Amino acid sequence: MNTKAANSGSGQTQSGRPARLSLADWMPKIVMAPTVLVTLVCIYGYMIWTAVLSFTGSRMLPSYNFVGFEQYERLFNNDRWMVALTNLGIFGGLFIAICLFLGVILAIFLDQKIRAEGAIRTIYLYPMAISFIVTGTAWKWLLNPTNGLEKMMIDFGFVNFKFDWLINPDMVVYCLVIAAVWQASGFVMALFLAGLRGVDGDLIKAAHLDGASTFTTYRRIILPSLKPVFFSALVVLSHIAIKSFDLVAALTNGGPGYASDLPANFMYTYTFTRSQIGLGSASAMVMLGCVLAILVPYLYSELRGKRHE
Amino acid sequence: MSNVDSMNKHAIARKTSGLDKVLRVALYTVLIVVAAFYLMPFIVMLLTSLKDVEEIRTGTLLSLPGALHFDSWAKAWSSACTGSSCGGISPYFMNSFQIVIPAVIISTLLGAINGYVISLWKFRGSDLFFAAMLVGCFIPFQVILLPMAQTLGWLGIANTTSGLVFVHVVYGVAFTTLFFRNFYQSIPGELVKAARLDGAGFFTIFYRIILPVSTPIIVVTVIWQFTQIWNDFLFGVAFSGFDTQPVTVALNNLVNTSFGGKEYNVDMAAAIIAALPTLAVYVFAGKYFVRGLTAGAVKG
Repeated sequence: MNTKAANSGSGQTQSGRPARLSLADWMPKIVMAPTVLVTLVCIYGYMIWTAVLSFTGSRMLPSYNFVGFEQYERLFNNDRWMVALTNLGIFGGLFIAICLFLGVILAIFLDQKIRAEGAIRTIYLYPMAISFIVTGTAWKWLLNPTNGLEKMMIDFGFVNFKFDWLINPDMVVYCLVIAAVWQASGFVMALFLAGLRGVDGDLIKAAHLDGASTFTTYRRIILPSLKPVFFSALVVLSHIAIKSFDLVAALTNGGPGYASDLPANFMYTYTFTRSQIGLGSASAMVMLGCVLAILVPYLYSELRGKRHE
Repeated sequence: MSNVDSMNKHAIARKTSGLDKVLRVALYTVLIVVAAFYLMPFIVMLLTSLKDVEEIRTGTLLSLPGALHFDSWAKAWSSACTGSSCGGISPYFMNSFQIVIPAVIISTLLGAINGYVISLWKFRGSDLFFAAMLVGCFIPFQVILLPMAQTLGWLGIANTTSGLVFVHVVYGVAFTTLFFRNFYQSIPGELVKAARLDGAGFFTIFYRIILPVSTPIIVVTVIWQFTQIWNDFLFGVAFSGFDTQPVTVALNNLVNTSFGGKEYNVDMAAAIIAALPTLAVYVFAGKYFVRGLTAGAVKG
């Protein structure tokens, strides 16, 4: 297909007839066209559309009576939204910090020529394959005070053991952290383990010859060289944290009350079940702002780094 | 291990070997305790699904079932109530397959072609476009939810399986392109130039030279897309109709429906069933996934 242009003789002699090359030259653009179109419309177009809606008074149906920043004012005066944002801060902060910490530690531990490494790695990693809906369902069962961990500990003889975070408005957000860490920390471990395996072996040998202990080698040489892995993990984790919707839906359904709401659940509730499209759109735009604040510097450094290669 | 008649450098090693042994034991203890933490939820789910309701009430999470009861599995599959219909989760399980198979195939093919163009047939603006596309990997989908709902309505595919396939393809292509692009970056551009001089065209080169070496990245992309689409809940709950819900939505409805006594064994059986396809993929192909992921994702 499309090979006629270069069929006769070597390519150099074709210079006299550039027109015949044109289809082959256009082919890459033609096959990319659907993706370009879809990206422009369904990502950027829709973003703008939602942005526009966030400045309107839309309720049950989109309408285009512009009200300025009114929806944003309503949003930040909405107690439920502030709870959701605070929860995102607590949940996201703890989730990312614990996953990174566990991921690094476990990767270093697994890197010590462990017997049955493959089996252990598989166990650490399998939660990643499971949906947040299943994860939420499982942890809802484990954490519920009447049948779960609390009852188990009491039956073991710890009569005063109390673990009612799931129904305690002040603690429920930490249940989300437990389940999310269970799900994602193994994945972070795998990223770091792969990174560790990619560190130049000669560098480590040289450090050992210079008398550096294993601990020092990790701290001074290996870990600093894993900066790119660290940033990749950070981006992936913050992305998971900001878009967390299904975990909340399955584990707590936002409750008790709206104590465990996250922005993603707020947006869905207000847009689709409370018919407050304008307010929902404004909340979506704030979420987008959060993601871009993390993503743009990352992409910038990534793409700039590429040019040096 | 400690050879008494060893040379000087072994003596140094022996000095630390006592401490080493303690550290080693501590290391394995930590690793095993952590493994128990990761395994426990699944073990509890499995145990609970095999108990009858009475045993669940009287026993603890980790107590073994007196006898194996598989009826909760049968009920979860074919007669449990999800929302207002009581046909178990099997129809929704099938829905998920009807969504996931075409969506994975189409998004992988598009990703392969796009990655091929972006890394080997660069045109003016293709790098910029790639960057623009990467943003699509990470945007919170809440920002496109409402316009997409309207679009699906206009296209006449709201609440249909085709509608969900469309949505998953649209928002999956950014990731599949990223995977293939990173993989194809390592193919030397001279190879394509040489093939063009020999008279091979765009598709011939793709088909004869590029595709044959793409197996690892195709495996990674297919596993990634399969897991993402199977596990999706947001698009499922926002865009599916009553009959076209994927299994994640049905499972959530089942667990959150409470008519009368709660049947935890049925909930757990349904949850395991909903997780089985991705677990199977992970167990059988996880090795290739991790290998490919480290080649693709870590290098960014």
